[in-house]
Amino acid sequence: MELSKETLIKIDEVIPKYPEKRSAALMVIHLVQDELGSISDESCSWIADKLSLQPINIKELITFYPMLRETPWGKTHVRVCRTLPCALRGSYGTCKILEDKLGVKEGHVREDGEYSIEFMECLADCGEGPVVMVGEETYENIEGKNADKFAKLLVEKELNSSKEFSSYEDGLVVSPPVSKKTSKK
Amino acid sequence: MIKKSTPKERRIILKHADDPNYSNKIDCYLKKGGYSVLKKAFKMKPEDIGEEILKSGVRGRGGAGFPAGMKWKFLDRKSGKPIYLICNADESEPGTFKDRQIMYKDPHQLIEGMMIAAFAIQAKQSFIYIRAEFFEGARILERAIEEAKEKNLCGDNILGSSFSCDLVVHRGAGAYICGEETGLIESLEGKRPNPRIKPPYFPAVLGLYQCPTIVNNVETLCNVKHILEMGGDEFAKIGKPNNTGTRIWCVSGHVKKPGYYEFECGALTLGEMIYDVCGGLLPGRSLKAVIPGGSSSKILRADERFTGKLKDGTEFDWGIDDIPLDFDGPASAGSMSGSGGIIIMDDTVDMVEAMANINAFYAHESCGQCTPCREGSLWMRKITKRMCSGHAREEDADLLLSVANQIEGRTICAFGEAASWPTQSFIAKFRDEFELKAKNDHSKPTLQLI
Repeated sequence: MELSKETLIKIDEVIPKYPEKRSAALMVIHLVQDELGSISDESCSWIADKLSLQPINIKELITFYPMLRETPWGKTHVRVCRTLPCALRGSYGTCKILEDKLGVKEGHVREDGEYSIEFMECLADCGEGPVVMVGEETYENIEGKNADKFAKLLVEKELNSSKEFSSYEDGLVVSPPVSKKTSKK
Repeated sequence: MIKKSTPKERRIILKHADDPNYSNKIDCYLKKGGYSVLKKAFKMKPEDIGEEILKSGVRGRGGAGFPAGMKWKFLDRKSGKPIYLICNADESEPGTFKDRQIMYKDPHQLIEGMMIAAFAIQAKQSFIYIRAEFFEGARILERAIEEAKEKNLCGDNILGSSFSCDLVVHRGAGAYICGEETGLIESLEGKRPNPRIKPPYFPAVLGLYQCPTIVNNVETLCNVKHILEMGGDEFAKIGKPNNTGTRIWCVSGHVKKPGYYEFECGALTLGEMIYDVCGGLLPGRSLKAVIPGGSSSKILRADERFTGKLKDGTEFDWGIDDIPLDFDGPASAGSMSGSGGIIIMDDTVDMVEAMANINAFYAHESCGQCTPCREGSLWMRKITKRMCSGHAREEDADLLLSVANQIEGRTICAFGEAASWPTQSFIAKFRDEFELKAKNDHSKPTLQLI
């Protein structure tokens, strides 16, 4: 397992923030997963070592938390909210449209590794449902015809430059922006 | 008929949140008088701050509505162990999206509230436990904390005093159960978030690392700032007795203008919220049901009557539109205001589908520690899903009810109740639809929910 210098520095910075090393487990896992896409057995052992724990102490977290992964999602990971408020606004239809357009079923990664879709539980933006996250950006009211257009732009890799869809994050009053659009490595 | 004027919002917590000229940076916050209450707090005795919070009567905004001042009182100060403060920013009750607005748009308000709270309870260290889907939210908070540290408003020797309290942003990883405060603490200790056995009933006695710990919701901690600014007695004048302050109601589902709205507690009724504030239902639709406090709260049927006696002895006879929006209103109607997530459902909703949707959520989120909840929630999902795919049986309503009744009260944490209340209330109020499914109704509903 190889991690970039940048990630190693971040890991070394985050551990001493906690009164007990073990508390840093989730944050260290996040950092490793952000870079590698998932947590392999090797990564488990490495993280455990780093925190003076046993590999099972990390494995039990990876297998519990929905956002921690043993295998990576696609290069572009799309999260569609499934829970009631979004469903009332049509998220089942939205998910279907995205599945069709991106050529992958929810819960799966497309064969070429390009896209994956996760039909997941509440994303806490229920007033603007259906809510779709692309990577770390949140898009609101993605439904019906709108969802068709959204999926098309996403496939054509033109979502970021489109004026029709701006994310919740982009809508925040920040100057200069906190962080630019984060593309998954 | 004279049309009543639309109730006006009273924005205290969201005062600046949607101002196009207001950013989440510290300069903006300082320009609006930010951190002046922190300065005031540091001139007070810590225990006097606690007294103001107690006087204010503020109740927790996370869901349970427990008086925050009382929670602080339970703190074990004699143990000699370090005290911790945790902000519960795991916002994950379906229907709730208020804390997001605060953290993304006005993070310094939360940091100021937290530092005042930390000083009041003499916390050694504080954490913000934020749900991991709030990627940018965590970055905004981290940057805001750095800004506050540079100005000596957080971290070491705050405002030049001898009091230090670091603030760390800790990200969860997508588990609903981390909103349960003892589950959150386990998660923060780096373990699986299995809620702890009670007693001790409050982390204020034994919490993080078995030390006294206070866990408060984002909105509650913001209120701490405003309480201290105006004084506990003044704050208590906002809203109604036992329901003080404002509340941010999150409205979702089938209304024209869903969104978050901050009102004084009890300033409006559910009907005014739906028809005046949210513009009413979608064209041509009629109201069928409302879930008033996040998906765990019991559903209310549009045509039921709610009767009984309020705490002050007055009798009430309400239709659904008459329910006052505060803590006690939805509770008097047999449900709860919970986390303030109001989910509106119109006549296009098939109640068995809606039930199946909710059951799928709880089956996914049960931590699996207690057998009744782990097995029961899965069975409830399975049964309702089967009912929606043309295989409903006559006995299903009773079967579902018996499963739900065997979960409630038999689990370590309140998730058991959260998972069984929807089923119990859906069947109590819409049994006809559950029974109809078994008879003849195999038609696909227009709105797919499962």
